[in-house]
Amino acid sequence: MGMEPIKQSAEARGESADDMRLVARIRAGDQQAMSELYDRYGRVVYAVALRVLQDTSAAEDVLQDIFLQLWRNPDAFDASRGSLAAWLAVISRHRAIDRLRKRKPEVDIEECVIAGGPDLGDEVERNLVIEKVRSVLAEMNPDQRQALELAYFQGLTHTEIAEKTGEPLGTIKTRIRSGLQQLRAKFAG
Amino acid sequence: MSTHEQFADDLCLYALDDLTGAEHLALEAHLQECPACRRELQALRGDLGLLGLSSSGPQPPARSKERLLRAVAAEPRGVSLPAPAAAVAHRSWWWPLVPAFAALALLVFAVVTWHGSVGLKDQLAELRNRNQDQTIELDRTNQELRLLTSPDAVHVALNPQKAAKEPSGTAIFSPTRRRMMLMASNLPAVPQGKAYELWVIPTNGAPIAAGVFKPDEHGNAVVMDHPMPEGVEAKAFAITIENEAGSDKPTSQPVLIGAIG
Repeated sequence: MGMEPIKQSAEARGESADDMRLVARIRAGDQQAMSELYDRYGRVVYAVALRVLQDTSAAEDVLQDIFLQLWRNPDAFDASRGSLAAWLAVISRHRAIDRLRKRKPEVDIEECVIAGGPDLGDEVERNLVIEKVRSVLAEMNPDQRQALELAYFQGLTHTEIAEKTGEPLGTIKTRIRSGLQQLRAKFAG
Repeated sequence: MSTHEQFADDLCLYALDDLTGAEHLALEAHLQECPACRRELQALRGDLGLLGLSSSGPQPPARSKERLLRAVAAEPRGVSLPAPAAAVAHRSWWWPLVPAFAALALLVFAVVTWHGSVGLKDQLAELRNRNQDQTIELDRTNQELRLLTSPDAVHVALNPQKAAKEPSGTAIFSPTRRRMMLMASNLPAVPQGKAYELWVIPTNGAPIAAGVFKPDEHGNAVVMDHPMPEGVEAKAFAITIENEAGSDKPTSQPVLIGAIG
């Protein structure tokens, strides 16, 4: 399908060493490391959950749930594949969607492996990446951006998006996919 | 990347938690078999993670961190790593006592080093133990592999004496001839008024009905030389239980499903 991972893994570039050290400390049972991890990524996890759920209390529950699961099972995150920040964002969205649809968690955190992506362990780098993602969204065709945001942040299915926008299902699928392709292309160069 | 184009849209939807029913099952079956599509799914999740990071919002409430750390403290695990020792402040009037402090510091250093050494030894022992465990595990895996690949290995299927055998089926189709057939076995008998229905799951759009059938008394069924729908690229086949008159869309979970590729 012509889509390639954004970049090589963080480990291969020797980046995100702080994240890997933090996870190693959590694996060793260091509670202080959990506090540091929360300071670093609590806001990201909360922001994603809040944007999906639009409910501070429910978003807080998602936040608790994810960090506690990571404490119980730090090996669920494969540090050699993708960045911890992106992985936490993905898990947060999955859990928020589960709550939105009032169902049991469908994706096990151990099975949720991510790959590729730029370095997000350093705060400065992370902020640059976030700005870049926002600029991709801003430059995107409005219909594409709408499809992607409705699917990702509002948790609508492609069928619901098609009903809401009056567009054919195939068009919605294409918009979602090409939106993600644009995002990846921006980081591949 | 050699992902399968026919699954490209569905992979995006799957990564977004937006694939259900037969399409969900067909893609999961395909993912089991296709490393390229598994890698693409992981890359898609990486893309979605970046999208998630673009969210901005307030800091979580302070109570949230306290709540988490209380929960973490209630579930202690492993051994906390020692915090770095704080630097000792010196005052100028202590200067004449420097030799005494130096001696004391040396003593403290020796004690700390000894403790550190003990800690390192513990960690080394732990690593040795883990290494031994992994070596044992590797030996066991190698033994199993040698057995499985042995030329004289005999495979004997064991089944419960009374339990029904698992249903299975094979769909054979020719994209150029636009014909297909299905052979299935061990299908449980269907209730009165019901029958099995075969579905072609296209790369785009809803499943297409491809014939209703009932198995014989032994659970065997054959759908012979059925035409494939015109202009449809199939990515999977599935069998569901429907009313015997047939249904225009699947109304139950597939009994059998298989992805192409």
